[in-house]
Amino acid sequence: MDFELSEDQRLLKEGTERLLAERYDFEQRKKSLAERWGWSGEQWSRYAEMGLLALPFAESDGGLGGSVVDTMIIMEAFGRALVLEPYLATVVLGGGCLRFGGSPAQRARLIPRICDGSLLLAFAQAEKQSRYDLADVATSARRAGDEWVLNGRKRHVLHGDCADQLIVTARIDGDRRERTGLGMFIVDADAAGVSRRSYVMQDRLRAAEIAFENVRVAADSVLGEPGAALPLIERVADSALAALCAEAVGAMGRAHEITVDYLKVRKQFGTPIGSFQALQHRAVDMLIKVEEARSMAMYAAMMSDEPDALERGRAISAAKVQIGHSGKFVGEQAIQLHGGIGMTEENQVGHYFRRLTMIEFLFGDTGHHLAALAKQVVAI
Amino acid sequence: MDLRFTGEEVAFREEVREFFRSALPADLRRKCILGQRLSREDIVRWQRILHAKGWATPAWPVEWGGTGWDAVKQYIFKEELYLAPAPEPLPFNVNMIGPTLIAFGTEEQKKHFLPRIARLDDWFCQGFSEPGAGSDLASLRTQARREGDEYIVNGQKIWTTLGHHATWCFLLARTDTAAKRQQGISYLLMDMATPGVTVRPIITIDGNHEFNELFLDDVRIPVANRIGEENKGWDYAKYLLSHERSGVARVGLCKMRVLRAREIAAQIIVADRPLSEQARFRERIARLDVELKALEMLQMRAIAASAHAQAGKPDPMAPILKIRGAELQQATSELLLELAGYEAMEFDIDFVRGKTPQPAGGEDWALTVAPNRYWLRHTSISAGTNEIQRNILAKSVLGL
Repeated sequence: MDFELSEDQRLLKEGTERLLAERYDFEQRKKSLAERWGWSGEQWSRYAEMGLLALPFAESDGGLGGSVVDTMIIMEAFGRALVLEPYLATVVLGGGCLRFGGSPAQRARLIPRICDGSLLLAFAQAEKQSRYDLADVATSARRAGDEWVLNGRKRHVLHGDCADQLIVTARIDGDRRERTGLGMFIVDADAAGVSRRSYVMQDRLRAAEIAFENVRVAADSVLGEPGAALPLIERVADSALAALCAEAVGAMGRAHEITVDYLKVRKQFGTPIGSFQALQHRAVDMLIKVEEARSMAMYAAMMSDEPDALERGRAISAAKVQIGHSGKFVGEQAIQLHGGIGMTEENQVGHYFRRLTMIEFLFGDTGHHLAALAKQVVAI
Repeated sequence: MDLRFTGEEVAFREEVREFFRSALPADLRRKCILGQRLSREDIVRWQRILHAKGWATPAWPVEWGGTGWDAVKQYIFKEELYLAPAPEPLPFNVNMIGPTLIAFGTEEQKKHFLPRIARLDDWFCQGFSEPGAGSDLASLRTQARREGDEYIVNGQKIWTTLGHHATWCFLLARTDTAAKRQQGISYLLMDMATPGVTVRPIITIDGNHEFNELFLDDVRIPVANRIGEENKGWDYAKYLLSHERSGVARVGLCKMRVLRAREIAAQIIVADRPLSEQARFRERIARLDVELKALEMLQMRAIAASAHAQAGKPDPMAPILKIRGAELQQATSELLLELAGYEAMEFDIDFVRGKTPQPAGGEDWALTVAPNRYWLRHTSISAGTNEIQRNILAKSVLGL
């Protein structure tokens, strides 16, 4: 057991944090938000240059052979800076689909383009009725000769507006919520029959609602085994959850730091408000919640590699529950300790709260994961 | 970074588990399962069994009877001990005065006391708190006046845990009354049989006797029984308190209680169904499991950090472990109380204290849950209240 970062990991952390410190302050971020897709293409190129986009992929696929810990380091740094670029959508989710389910030909075709920054992906999974149930898929995939034909609507596709390729879950057969009968398809976002509605989320990141109307997909664009894609979908979701936990830790850790700094400079009654014990203890309770979340994010990262789906799912759910509790408390208290200024758009602390509140929903909220854990509590 | 246990660590866990399975006397195990209190004889007997195996004081240096295990193995040992469940080795001896002597004692003091501490030939209690010095420990008033080769000690100590079993006491006393607060305090070892020492029981809300008051009237302590330099006692005590805190999370003990709760819940029938099937119960367990996992990972991080930290430097994480450890000890004891329902209501103090192996009636396990729930309120008060821990974190980690 070893919690220390290796030399390479330390360098990755420092390098990523330095890049963001130099290029990602609050004002620069505002400018990126005003760009066409709500993020900075220039910044994306820098991530590519640094190798961040290539990191989780195997060297044989053109990647750098990084580990889950590397992804954790990047996502935490991104969380601290409230990064807008589609790293989760392209590298973690889209890249995860390819890493865990792609054929050699598919990986050879797409992964080098992810690594050099020229390809953007999005994972089209959630639907109106599905809520957080990964097996609940109404979008259909019907075989037509050598091809597949997709029909249905996907919602809340993170960065689905700018993506070049969509990775779509669809039902090949079985009832709507059945665990078997699912397939995963790589779909060109410009293909005939694909229509997208882009929207801005509460945290100002982008997402899309995407309709598929008789969209034809070639046989070589099927990921994994048609009809048995759920374990692959779960694996991708779990790795995304581990990444989101790390991002949340970065966001809440930074929100906490900003708050503690504010307590030291804001004066009332002639003294810094950080000298008041009620506020000191609140700040410490935030620290405890951050450190608990950090511990569980590490645990999630480590377990996201676990091949046993049940073990992995349990660990990831536990981490998401902790992140939910911690994120809510830290986000709320960051604003409370700032007072009125924390409520304003111009103060960054509220932006952290907004992001943490959205992370709560992604791939299952606290209640969803708690219920999943509770279901597994059996008598002994 | 790799958070998995190594093959060697997994094998070590099995070795420890096997030892506890074969060496832990059945009557002690039963008491621990039922949540009964242990007698002095119980604690001594178990310590001697550990001592015979060479595992009485794992964290000490090998030359003084330690095992040479690294921090992870020590943690595994502790966790298996709680899960066995076996009695906890007396912390005042093993975690507190032992390490203090090893760090600051003279060669003679070490040679005399350490073997006796490890075997529990000498039972130490802690004489720090006073009626007027609780959270504000440095305001203590007990005085030690130098007279030749002796100190004449006068004062009063309080919350002396298991002081009625103790043969020795490590205490703080003021040797320079002119000096301010932390200065002018010395660290002394006192034979409890010395004339002038009076121990008076304090009965707590659980009906049990664990705490005591200690009255010191012209108690003569040889100067040779002082640890370190005169007037430097506060530094040694601080070192000791940091040791006390790092062991305080007791994750394994909480895990054991949750396991017990799951066993018990399967036996309790509510509306013709086992309580363990109730969604609310399951969610409660799931919630506690998450909190315990987070505490465990915090503990593991602290252990890993300690391997890289400078010796003697207190771990900034330790107060977090104290706070959350105390809260979860309390939460897991409340879970058992809730399971017991009406069955928790009967007060059978002789059974709780382990004086009678069988209760007069009622459910054996349920008779201890209310007293234990009452008693465990102490965890957020003793060894520096959770509020004091927050003050420490605010100052040392947040710079407020």
